[in-house]
Amino acid sequence: MATAAETLSGAMAPRPFRVVRRQRETGDTWTLELEPVNGEPLDFVPGQFTMLYAFGVGEVPISICGERGGPLVHTVRAVGAVSEAICASRPGAVLGVRGPFGRGWPVEEALGLDVVVVAGGIGLPPLRPALYECLRRRSEYGDVVLLYGSRTPADLVYRREVEAWRSRFDLEVDVTVDRGEGDWRGKVGVVPKLIGSARFDPGAAVAMVCGPEIMMRFAAEALLARGVPEDRIYLSMERNMQCGLGHCGHCQLGPTLICRDGPIYRFDEIEPLMKVREL
Amino acid sequence: MIGPEALDDLVAALKGRGFRVLGPTVRDGAIVYDDLESAGELPIGWTDRQEPGSYRLDRRDDEARFGYAVGPHSWKQFLFPARISFWQARRVDEGGFEVREPPPEGAPFAFIGVRSCELHGIAIQDRVFLEGRHVDRDYEARRRDAFLVAVNCFEPGGTCFCVSMGTGPKAEAGYDLALTEILDGEHRFLVQVGSERGAEVLRDLPRRDAETLDLQAAGAAVEGAAARMGRSLDTTDLRDLLARNLEHERWDEVASRCLTCGNCTMVCPTCFCTSIEDHTSLAGDEAERVRLWDSCYSVDHSYIHGGSVRPSGRSRYRQWLTHKFGTWHDQFGTSGCIGCGRCITWCPVGIDVTEELAAIRATEEVSDAND
Ligand SMILES: Cc1cc2nc3c(=O)[nH]c(=O)nc-3n(C[C@H](O)[C@H](O)[C@H](O)COP(=O)(O)OP(=O)(O)OC[C@H]3O[C@@H](n4cnc5c(N)ncnc54)[C@H](O)[C@@H]3O)c2cc1C
Ligand code: SF4
Ligand code: SF4
Repeated sequence: MATAAETLSGAMAPRPFRVVRRQRETGDTWTLELEPVNGEPLDFVPGQFTMLYAFGVGEVPISICGERGGPLVHTVRAVGAVSEAICASRPGAVLGVRGPFGRGWPVEEALGLDVVVVAGGIGLPPLRPALYECLRRRSEYGDVVLLYGSRTPADLVYRREVEAWRSRFDLEVDVTVDRGEGDWRGKVGVVPKLIGSARFDPGAAVAMVCGPEIMMRFAAEALLARGVPEDRIYLSMERNMQCGLGHCGHCQLGPTLICRDGPIYRFDEIEPLMKVREL
Repeated sequence: MIGPEALDDLVAALKGRGFRVLGPTVRDGAIVYDDLESAGELPIGWTDRQEPGSYRLDRRDDEARFGYAVGPHSWKQFLFPARISFWQARRVDEGGFEVREPPPEGAPFAFIGVRSCELHGIAIQDRVFLEGRHVDRDYEARRRDAFLVAVNCFEPGGTCFCVSMGTGPKAEAGYDLALTEILDGEHRFLVQVGSERGAEVLRDLPRRDAETLDLQAAGAAVEGAAARMGRSLDTTDLRDLLARNLEHERWDEVASRCLTCGNCTMVCPTCFCTSIEDHTSLAGDEAERVRLWDSCYSVDHSYIHGGSVRPSGRSRYRQWLTHKFGTWHDQFGTSGCIGCGRCITWCPVGIDVTEELAAIRATEEVSDAND
């Protein structure tokens, strides 16, 4: 058993991880692969996040989006000081990692059922570990469907991988963009629109949804309209988060703390809270 | 039983055991908690007069040591200081860095004069920092050996409502020693022992056994306090009442008075929100992480990329009140309020939580009918 001191330290102290690979996804979004400078790799369940620290700049919550057993992978959109510093970290640079934190996607509960993954924009990375898990144990799930949308074609992440998934016979992939720019020849429209015609059995499916809150709301409505029960729809919520430990009070969402009770919630638990403005 | 002089022996006995002794004392027109050199620094002969938005000290016509209710301070400022440094880090080879976590500073504290409500306040922060999935290392180090000398109340304040919250006025558990001050007849203190350490400290003090009369006088003092609460609150189903009334029009009304100054969160013994700040030296090779008290009344508290989740004063007041009295139950299995009245007294515009909650309860049917 770990001594008290061991369990206590590390809760606030980041572990150094070295960037081993950096890849551009879109104009402002990068994927980083990280390896621990020393010690064990990070174990996690799909849907969990870490607190990622850029030396001296700050620390922010970022979802884990790689495969279990592999390097720690994060896909980050540069929107402010900390996320910009993280995105600017080249191979060799060291970032701090705390975690993993949070409750993950229902990959176990979904065994034996169809899986519908609905992602909007930067919402795909947090869902990717769940998809990897479904593909790794492919025979244990029914139909697996990925519905992915973004504002423009230039905002789609993991484009090559999504193309490769498209050619798999055991995975249905449908992609759409709000505005078809450039040489885009695919679908145009918002991602919840794809739900109506996707191939899955609503009575025996689990849906996992991540994206902007408004998109999740419409996606949930479309899933309900297809007949997916409200307790089989899962969403990922976002709030300001500073500690990840349930101590700083910032990530409260009504009766819950997102770092502890989320970020993944069942729709029937969260729906009454989503309706209250400025909660 | 001990006499008032024995309080000096108590301070000395605790200091002799290596404790940093803290207790009530008068500073700048208020009774605050600070280091005590001797029991002579207690607020001898002082009391406090508290009403919504007002606090002042008054002379008593006796030599009571604990003849006041509570001041603006609470023990949380020692167990959960307003600012701590978690760690420092410095750059090392190949772009890396090394983190040093200094051991939490832990001069063991002895608190003299902990009210029953405050014992409950400490127990509530224990739940948040020690009894969840993660333990707060700094809080744990400060809390672990803290020696608590409780004092039963005989002079409740004008904004107290511990009886309604079930947190006082008599200390029931969680102390090492508990004192009941008796002013009627000979000035004396009944001492109750709550721990082995407490018993051991008591053996150092000049004392005599309590007699039936002493016990009766002590009981009467506490009962008298229970009967003179300045405020009361109907707590029936409070959590559900608030959960049902998130769109009640009272939130708009109270928001028109609330300055969102955050005073109530600073004085509240259970409020625990903090912000984490990362700093770096000018040269960029040293970094530090600090934790500061924060307040849900600030717009930044709920900032996420794109804006604040709670931009209006209405939503921030609602967050505070519904958390304290409602969702705290969901999150930590207890109310977040101990009925100490500090938030009422120290609110610059005298907003009274008991009145706000009563107003929501009284007008709930109206809002239901509007649904
Ligand atoms: C559980 C969770 C998982 C996330 N996963 C990812 C991910 O995989 N990829 C990604 O690009 N982004 C993710 N985000 C959002 C990311 O945390 C924010 O974009 C980031 O905090 C912005 O910080 P900043 O300092 O760069 O920006 P600024 O806008 O300058 O933010 C200032 C401060 O506000 C807070 N803050 C701002 N926006 C957010 C936010 N959206 N959520 C929480 N705190 C915020 C942070 O404390 C931040 O340091 C996730 C957020 C949460 C809560
Ligand atoms: S909410 Fe007010 S009365 Fe209740 S514990 Fe906090 S300061 Fe005291
Ligand atoms: S209730 Fe009073 S003390 Fe609290 S933020 Fe509003 S004005 Fe300030």
